Amino acid sequence: MPILEVQNIEKHFGSTRVLEDISFDLDQGQALAIIGSSGSGKTTLLRCLNFLETPDQGRILVKGETLFDAADPATQRESEVRKKRLHFGLVFQSFNLFPQYTALQNVTLAKELLSQEQPDFKAHKKAILEEIRAEGEALLAKMGLSDRAGHYPSQLSGGQQQRVAIARALALKPDILCFDEPTSALDPELTGEVLKVIRALAQDKTTMIIVTHEMAFARDVADQVIFMDGGVIVEQGPAREVIEHPREERTRQFLSRY
Amino acid sequence: MLDFFTSPVFQTVIAALNSGFVKTLELFFVTLIGAIPLGLVIAFGSMSRFFPLRWLSRTFVWVIRGTPLVLQIIALFYVPGMKEWFYWPSGESGRMTAVCAAFIINYACYFSEIYRGGIQGVPRGQQEAGLVLGMTKGQIFRHVTLLQMIKRIVPPMSNEIITLVKDTSLARVIALQEVIWMGESFMKGNSGISGLVWPLFFTAVYYLIFSGVVTLLLAKLEKKLAYFQ
Repeated sequence: MPILEVQNIEKHFGSTRVLEDISFDLDQGQALAIIGSSGSGKTTLLRCLNFLETPDQGRILVKGETLFDAADPATQRESEVRKKRLHFGLVFQSFNLFPQYTALQNVTLAKELLSQEQPDFKAHKKAILEEIRAEGEALLAKMGLSDRAGHYPSQLSGGQQQRVAIARALALKPDILCFDEPTSALDPELTGEVLKVIRALAQDKTTMIIVTHEMAFARDVADQVIFMDGGVIVEQGPAREVIEHPREERTRQFLSRY
Repeated sequence: MLDFFTSPVFQTVIAALNSGFVKTLELFFVTLIGAIPLGLVIAFGSMSRFFPLRWLSRTFVWVIRGTPLVLQIIALFYVPGMKEWFYWPSGESGRMTAVCAAFIINYACYFSEIYRGGIQGVPRGQQEAGLVLGMTKGQIFRHVTLLQMIKRIVPPMSNEIITLVKDTSLARVIALQEVIWMGESFMKGNSGISGLVWPLFFTAVYYLIFSGVVTLLLAKLEKKLAYFQ
């Protein structure tokens, strides 16, 4: 059974149809790259998965459980949406780190707040917080940022900030980690360090959805590729096949620019 | 010259000005303590997605900011008694209560607009980052938005607070015996002294020193928040 099933998602902004009949599956441990030109609906799709936008039609299932069903308002209650979001992690194009916290605090904040809801939090407060901190430090180490744990975002380069943002998303152990053009706001020389981290995550079999303009990266790292245009999926399949031997004319046109 | 500063007249005047200035300070701090949280309530009201509440809050802010504070003080002090709704306590304590209420309401409206600018100035991505990390709206406000908002509002709030230092003198319109009232009293006659003009102008020294201290404190706060951008 696939870990993620997206069925017939549709989204309108006013009279503009942004997503139309989007369906795909994703297996555990697989990386899916979504490619396509600006305005094709890629980012909106990720935002729907993370419940930042509400689709007008369709269903989203994780591990067979229906998280969202446009036809069933009970799946859209704010209190439940909050928990459902935790199935997904999202790394933003513009990082969106919290500027008033250090790198380590950025990584641990959400986990600390969540742990306060545990019934045994008061009794084991010290041990729980210590464990969260140790996990946060380990994640930063994995991102190659051990020596930057105490730095504030404004003291970090763009590439370092984005790696902190990845650690922050990983801290909640999401089932599926989403990246929204993670390197688009970075200088070319900083792109590499972020892509390297994502590549390592793929080798660790992290389930990921990556919206990207880095075609070579998508071909080498992703298992599956979806090409979107005008709010619809034009072509999907194994990464190498879609990128090196596209079947659709529109895909060929798009890829010829890279 | 030294004789003047040790003269009984100077001692009497300074004692009177000090007692007036204590009231000025009382009004200043009570206004801040009341208006800072009330402003936040009004700010949330004026940003509410519930239209009647938003409309009510914005109209209220319009009326309060659109009319002179002096009028509001007079109205709040006299109208309830004239209409027999309720009566302020008699004497100086009643005057102080009424004037504090008027100041709190007036400044809360100005603060609410500063807060609104501060909250809306925090990039939307901050809230979204909190949401995808499973935080509640309350947690996002307290742990993510609040400090960034405070950093943004310190300069405009400093402006308002310095204005408040001097606006406290408006309380004399209902005969609250604050520092200017006291200074002026030596022109007409107070403690057997009359025809003195300098005490009135001397009150400026109090305002200058006090606003100087406030400016320094707010600059310190601004510096304290400079650690992030």
